[in-house]
Formats: sequence, structure tokens, C-alpha cells
Amino acid sequence: MVDTRVNLSGVILSNPIIPASGTFGFGYEFAEIYDINILGSISIKGTTRELRFGNEQPRIAETPCGMLNAIGLQNPGIDKVISEELPKLRKVFKKPIIANISGFSIDEYVYCCELIGKEEQVEIIEVNISCPNVKEGGMSFGTLPENAAEVTRAVKAVAKKPVYMKLSPNVRDIAEIAAACEEAGADGISLINTLTGMRINLNNMKPVLNNITGGLSGPAVFPVALRMVWEVYEAVSIPIIGMGGVSTAEDVIEMMLAGATAVSVGAANIKDPYASKNIVESLPDLMNKLGINKLEDIIGGAH
Amino acid sequence: MKCNGGSPGDCFRAVGEKGTIKMKKSIFTILSNRKLAKNTYEMVLKGDVSAIKRPGQFINIALDGFYLRRPISVCDWDKDSATIIYKVVGKGTEYMSKLSEGAELEVLSGLGNGYDTEESGVNPLLIGGGSGIPPLYALAKELIAQGKKPTVILGFNSKDEVFYKDEFSALGARVLITTADGSLGIKGFATDAFESAGDYTYTYACGPEPMLKAVYNTSVTDGQYSFEQRMGCGFGACMGCVCRTKYGYKRICREGPVLVKEEIVW
Repeated sequence: MVDTRVNLSGVILSNPIIPASGTFGFGYEFAEIYDINILGSISIKGTTRELRFGNEQPRIAETPCGMLNAIGLQNPGIDKVISEELPKLRKVFKKPIIANISGFSIDEYVYCCELIGKEEQVEIIEVNISCPNVKEGGMSFGTLPENAAEVTRAVKAVAKKPVYMKLSPNVRDIAEIAAACEEAGADGISLINTLTGMRINLNNMKPVLNNITGGLSGPAVFPVALRMVWEVYEAVSIPIIGMGGVSTAEDVIEMMLAGATAVSVGAANIKDPYASKNIVESLPDLMNKLGINKLEDIIGGAH
Repeated sequence: MKCNGGSPGDCFRAVGEKGTIKMKKSIFTILSNRKLAKNTYEMVLKGDVSAIKRPGQFINIALDGFYLRRPISVCDWDKDSATIIYKVVGKGTEYMSKLSEGAELEVLSGLGNGYDTEESGVNPLLIGGGSGIPPLYALAKELIAQGKKPTVILGFNSKDEVFYKDEFSALGARVLITTADGSLGIKGFATDAFESAGDYTYTYACGPEPMLKAVYNTSVTDGQYSFEQRMGCGFGACMGCVCRTKYGYKRICREGPVLVKEEIVW
């Protein structure tokens, strides 16, 4: 029997697989097709203070080996997430839940992190300072080390749960930003959010996405994400949730060897609703094949 | 179909009695794949169709070499096969058109809410434009099986695009054809056939958004309108296809693609 448990700031996950925020709804939708309790955790849809519609259509474009999205943080607002969505998820999911918080001001991040941190079922707060699809806020907090540190300090002062800062790859030096977050008190780092990209429709010769640009995800970004996890692992000593194009158990092992303690699965869930399940189920066999008994032992093992 | 929803999720259970929407992932085998009209193909797929419950639902097909699935409405189904009709509009559908009999496709089936036939009255009017026509076939079939007498308006650009005219007639539906260039039937858009259609008790529509809007403005009855949108997942996870309605934001793939007239916001 292999040991797939990992430890994120004292929160023990039965395995490192976490469906990524924005690709798994509020989780309970997937409970209709399989028992989601096999997952290590779930990072729920990014939440803001107010209800948001997000961007106008179209919001999705296909790319080679991946996709662009420009959803624009659509969500029902934190009050409804707490009163309706979390209880619905709790009914079908007994494992630790990761809440994902976005904001357009430091006040909003603080407000949401304080509220969501009081929810018993939320064990980790992932703070998204890297959304590429909103005009203000979002990514602008995550592109400069001093801004990232400021958000981190502010939310750490109020959050009652471990805080993981979710970083953007659209920066000069992601390790520098991760280090600034660690110094400001972050409990962990999540990376990467999507890479900014675009497509043009040859029929009307205009951008496919109404938002013009969107975030690239899928297998196309995996090598970039892996490189950045590697760099951040060298720069910080707090745990890393690695993500970006992870589609197979092999990708999970690579991410962990690069330095991730846990691994999020994003676009793969959109391509195949069973993707996270398949990865969880194939992990033990792959560990046996590779001679890994305890998954935690391989974190950062390639360095 | 009554939806009192506010947030995504409130209208999940539009399909079935109290049951949740249960999609299925399975392998389908192509029984036939033939050209029906200009750029228009009909594919018959053999496999587990148990998740398909209502006309107006769609399936989401994985294609080798393409990251996202292709959502296509179900035209008809029986105990072990489903028929789809698709238009070649890009590389994905072009790839589909070249697939041969016997090829296997991985399919998510049973997606979307589909049409509700309860409130149709005796003489429902069905209006389809181009690639919006296929789901109306199973709808007409179901309405006729219930003893109703549907009139079907099929709108095309020109004669070379016309398909399923005889198939709809064979069901026993009254069929009116419109073509934008006048090469067959009534010259003009689908809405130009309203006068010829006579009295009707309810309206069902599927087609491009300008057509849906024209039908919405012309129709004097309640109705159900099926919308198309670029999708990510097709099963409600990614929020890629969400639209505004009077009852809140709805996912076209999940609380749609069929919206009732009273909730539509243009």
C-alpha cells in the first residue's frame, strides 16, 4: 500500500489532487457522476464580495493543446457562497475545502478572507492575485512584489485559516513575488494562474473573445508551470500547490519532483469531467511502478 | 417548464421528475455519416443513449487533436442509437465530416435541459433556422406521439442547404419552407412564414440568435427558445456559456439551452 498523503500547513490531504478553482464549479455538480470524496481537496469557484456576471460572450476559445478563457470571475458573491454553495458542497464532500478569494481592492480581499475564514468547512484560503480577465484588481495585485506582499499582510491579519497566495505567470520573476508573499506571512503559494493570450477569428477578422485576451490553460502550459514551480521552490520554504496543464498522474509526479506539495487539476476537468478522478485512481499504480512508497518523500526531489 | 431560479444551479432539475441531470460518458460507434445538403452532415451513432431524455438536449463529442469537445444537438434517438445533424463551420466539424463508419467517438450524453412538451397546446408552431433545425425533429415526433398537430417552419438560406423536409412531413407534421433567396418555398426568413402558418397555440424555436429574436418579436404565444453559445465544458463547471435571464444568470449548457420566452433578456 503506497502512502499518498500530503500536508498543506497542517491540513492533511489523503492525496495531493485538488480540482482547480474555476474548473470544478462548487464541486457538488461533479458528485452527480462520481464520489468526489476520492479527491484530496477541492478549490471552489473564485469568490468576490458582490455577485458578478463576468465578461460578455464569447468567453471561451480553443487553442492547440489547450484553451483560453475570459470568464471574468463570475460568481454569486460571498454571502451566497457561504449560505448556499458551501452547504451544498459539504453535504456531498467530507474532505478539506479550499476557498478561493478574488478582489478589486485590498479591502475586498480582507472582507472576504475574514468572512470565509470563519466557515468551519473551509480549511485553506487561496487568494487569487492573478486573474488576467478583469480590468482592475485581479492580476494587478500579483505583478509587483510589494503589492503582493501588501495583500498578503492584510489578509493574514484577519484570516483564521492558512493563506495560499495564487500567483500569475505573467510576470518578470515569479520567484521574487513568491518570496515577497512568504516574507509577508503567506502560509503557502499556488501557481500558476493562466497565461495571457488571444485568438483572432478569420471569418470576421476580430478577436474571438469579447474580452480580447483570455487566460491560456491546458497541456500547452504545463512545461511553463513546471519551470515556475521549480523556481519558486528554490526561493521559498512554504508549501506549494502546483498547477498548470496537469492532465495525468505522471504530470502530478513531475510537479511534486519540481517542488509542489499538492497539485491542482484545471482545464483537464473541462475537457473530461472524470479527469481528476482518473488521476487519483492511477496515482498508486504509477507510484508502485516508480518505486515511490511515500509520496511526500518526493517533494522537490528533482532539485 | 417553470424556473424560479436566481443563481446558477437553481434550475438544475428541469429535466425529469425529481431526478438530477445525469450525464454519461461513453463510447459511441459511427453507424453512418452522410452529406445531407451543402456543408450539412447527418451522423448516426450507436451506443448507450440512456442519458438522453428530452428533445433539445445535446451531446458533447471529443475529437482527436482538438482540446475542447464539440457540442451538437440530438436530432433523434431510439433505444441504442442517436442521430445528429451538424454543419461544417470550422476545423472540428470538418474533421467530423471525414470520419468513417465504424469509427469510435467518446461522447458525453444527456446534456442540457431540452424542450418541455407539456404546455404546447394542440397546435404548436416549431421554427428552426439552418443548423437549429435538427432538435425540432425529435420534438415534432414527440408532440405528434402525444396527439398534437405541430406546424414546422424550416428556414434556410437557399435550396441547396435544405434538409429533412421530407422527414418532417413523414412524421405527419405540416411543413413550411423558407429560403432567403427564394429558391424554394416562401422567399424570406423563417418569420415570413408566420402568416401562412395560421393559428398556433405555442412556439418552439431553435436557430441563430437574430432568428430567435425575430421569432420572439413575431410570436403571439408563450414559447421555448433554444440558444447556442461557445462552450467550455458543456456540463456546468466552467461558466463559459452563461447568459443573463430575468431569473438570474444561467448556463446555456445546463439551465439551457432551452429558455422560456418570459425569462429571455436580449
